[in-house]
Amino acid sequence: MQKLFAGQTFSGPSLRGVAQELSSSRRDFLRSAAGMVLGGAFAGASPFLYAGPVKKRKVIVVTFGGGARDQETFAPSGQENIPHLLQELIPQASFFTQVVNRGILGHYVATASLATGVYETLNNFASVPPDHPTVFEYFRKDLKRPPTDAWVVAPSNGFSRIGESVSRPYGPGWGAQVILPKHLLLAAMSGATVDYEHLLRDNYETPLFAPQLGGNEFELQQLEKMLKLSVSDFKSYARTLSSPDELSIYVVQQLMRQQAPSLIWITMHDIDVAHTGAYSLYIDSIRRTDRLCAELWKMVQSDPEYAGNTTMLILPDFGRDSDGEAGGNGFQHHRTGDPSSRTTWMMALGSGVREGVIYDHPVQSTDLVPTLGSILGFQAKLSQGRPIQDLL
Amino acid sequence: MLPQDLKPEQFTGYPTQARTLAVDNISILRELPLSFLPNLLREVIEYDYKFPLERQEIHEEISTLGALPAAQLREWFRPFRELSLPTSLERFDWLNQPAQFVEQLAAHLWSTHQMDLFRKAATEYGERIRAATPPTHPPIPRLGISIIGQDLSSYDGVLFRNLREHGTFFSNINPENGLRQLLDGATARAQAHPVPYGHWYVEGGRSMDHSSMLTFVSYKELEPARLALLRTMHTEIRRPGMGPEELRTDLAALQPAAVGLDNPGDAVLNHFQLKVLTEGSGTQIFSTTFAQWTAREALRRAQPLTLLVRFGPRQRERSMNELLSSTDDHSEPDLRGSLIDADMGAYYNWINQQRLPGANQSSFLAWFEGSSQAIAIGPSFARGASSKSKATLEEVLHWAGV
Repeated sequence: MQKLFAGQTFSGPSLRGVAQELSSSRRDFLRSAAGMVLGGAFAGASPFLYAGPVKKRKVIVVTFGGGARDQETFAPSGQENIPHLLQELIPQASFFTQVVNRGILGHYVATASLATGVYETLNNFASVPPDHPTVFEYFRKDLKRPPTDAWVVAPSNGFSRIGESVSRPYGPGWGAQVILPKHLLLAAMSGATVDYEHLLRDNYETPLFAPQLGGNEFELQQLEKMLKLSVSDFKSYARTLSSPDELSIYVVQQLMRQQAPSLIWITMHDIDVAHTGAYSLYIDSIRRTDRLCAELWKMVQSDPEYAGNTTMLILPDFGRDSDGEAGGNGFQHHRTGDPSSRTTWMMALGSGVREGVIYDHPVQSTDLVPTLGSILGFQAKLSQGRPIQDLL
Repeated sequence: MLPQDLKPEQFTGYPTQARTLAVDNISILRELPLSFLPNLLREVIEYDYKFPLERQEIHEEISTLGALPAAQLREWFRPFRELSLPTSLERFDWLNQPAQFVEQLAAHLWSTHQMDLFRKAATEYGERIRAATPPTHPPIPRLGISIIGQDLSSYDGVLFRNLREHGTFFSNINPENGLRQLLDGATARAQAHPVPYGHWYVEGGRSMDHSSMLTFVSYKELEPARLALLRTMHTEIRRPGMGPEELRTDLAALQPAAVGLDNPGDAVLNHFQLKVLTEGSGTQIFSTTFAQWTAREALRRAQPLTLLVRFGPRQRERSMNELLSSTDDHSEPDLRGSLIDADMGAYYNWINQQRLPGANQSSFLAWFEGSSQAIAIGPSFARGASSKSKATLEEVLHWAGV
């Protein structure tokens, strides 16, 4: 057996015990810092009963990635890194303190699991589609929505196939349009990338590998057709941005303005710079992601197509290793499968969501898709999760 | 092949001492399940390049297993035997490529949702081994020193935030000759207690003159090896059929001489440095990551009595592909970011030191280089305290009793 540390104590609290501690810590902190109340007081009262006349319901899912720990976010020591979440978004939100991911802790496979409601087992580093139907396929097929009504904006080439599974009777033809902003930028640059290298980072777990693209990726010619952006305008604006996630949010903004899709899925990834081991870069990325989430919510509020009828859900795909786990190296990776790397949170805000409420009970990553089904009106028949009743 | 089919002649690919160790203990190796044995062989095959305490621990582990009655041995490994493994893993050359096998095993365990079971089995096994083989306590209390902030003249943020509750924060340190005092303190310990690989100096920036009694590892001095490694990686990934796992397999098989690590006098350190560069994520490009990971691995593996780590400035962030592609890392440094990295790195150095035997007697000192701020942790220092008294670092070391 590989030696960890001599004298290291393996005994400790159970996985469930530590997960509950993390959950309690988030709960206590939010109750004191943001004045939130426990969700139990509202049992049985559906906010949708009081939602009034409903425009066409829209949902935006944001994965707060790739993985941030409590001590840098929701623990007291981390609050300085997430001022926008704490002061602007959480007071409007329902907050779930304990979202457990029991699947594989790689970003592509975990995001695919979030999108299918099944713990997928595909190769994290290959450009392959999920085995089970995605939320986009359920949404489009059940509700007979056109291809332009479901979109994914994803950080790296590895996510190019996430919009559509190989599952029958869903699969080809029922998925989401996938935009890979970096791929788009690279195509727009025609090979001259010197001024844009900072926006073209692909992934941090295996930085030398960017899978070959295939499938339903966004084509350059659609830049003008779908986003109504000229190549030169896109390049000019991109030059003003500092990170890949900023580029993603810019693309989402264009998408909302030009296509106003009902289902948008954005995968943030800047935080995964932690794999380089540089703590300051990890912290900078958390702060940037915090800011971008707030900017996105402002875009929603200021867009007539989205204001008042949009539910936004923000959740990490998973966490990162704890400092106390001898098999890992703290914030740098998510390899140990310890409770810190498996236990995260979720924030829901907007249409149909109770404001300022904390829910303490555990939910699973796979519960997201059936919950979206209940909100939007489709059935996630092959999902392993269950709808989160507090959001229905 | 299964462990029960092992034969002595199959270990011819192992280095000399590793082969002897394996063949001498083949009867116990045959009794171990496939879900476990390659983890042990991964250590055995490296035996010739292990630090003395690592070798001792491998001997103790195998001796402990060999002394167990058959029924108890079965009981210890029952959770490992209950894991379901595909026949493809049985066919893998786990004898000669145990590390690669373990990677494939991990992928299989993740994909079949057995990782938690494996983790639990490994935890229980570790507890049993530790109970059976009490740790070797150090002959003198350990001392860890972390020096952060090289080249940065001032910082207005709070430093040592994670460490303060564990020790005494000094805000009026006289920085004059501070570096020399700390290095002299480490050297004096090496002279008084000469132990192979017992006293280390890890340098992330410009190195100081130091005694040959200190095991020395330097980011800058490894630059030729780092660049050679990056060139190797780039060549490898252009080969058809290459992927992340194939690259890791190739890097695991790399020998130190292939990247110019060929100091004939110290094969153990050559291998250690190669592993820091091939197994540590970010160690090839960021000096702060290099210093922290080197310290972690030195503590985990060599269990030094003295470890002085001086963090240096790292280069500014560029795209990861660009960083790894570049053969020139002399870009403008990010001094403030490096300080924040190093502050966290110092905390991790302390955590990792405290995982070793004798932790309650160990001392730790971290200093913002050139400044008046330092933190000292150990039996001689009050926890969660602060001191405005004027002091030199030499005096703080003296108070630590080391």
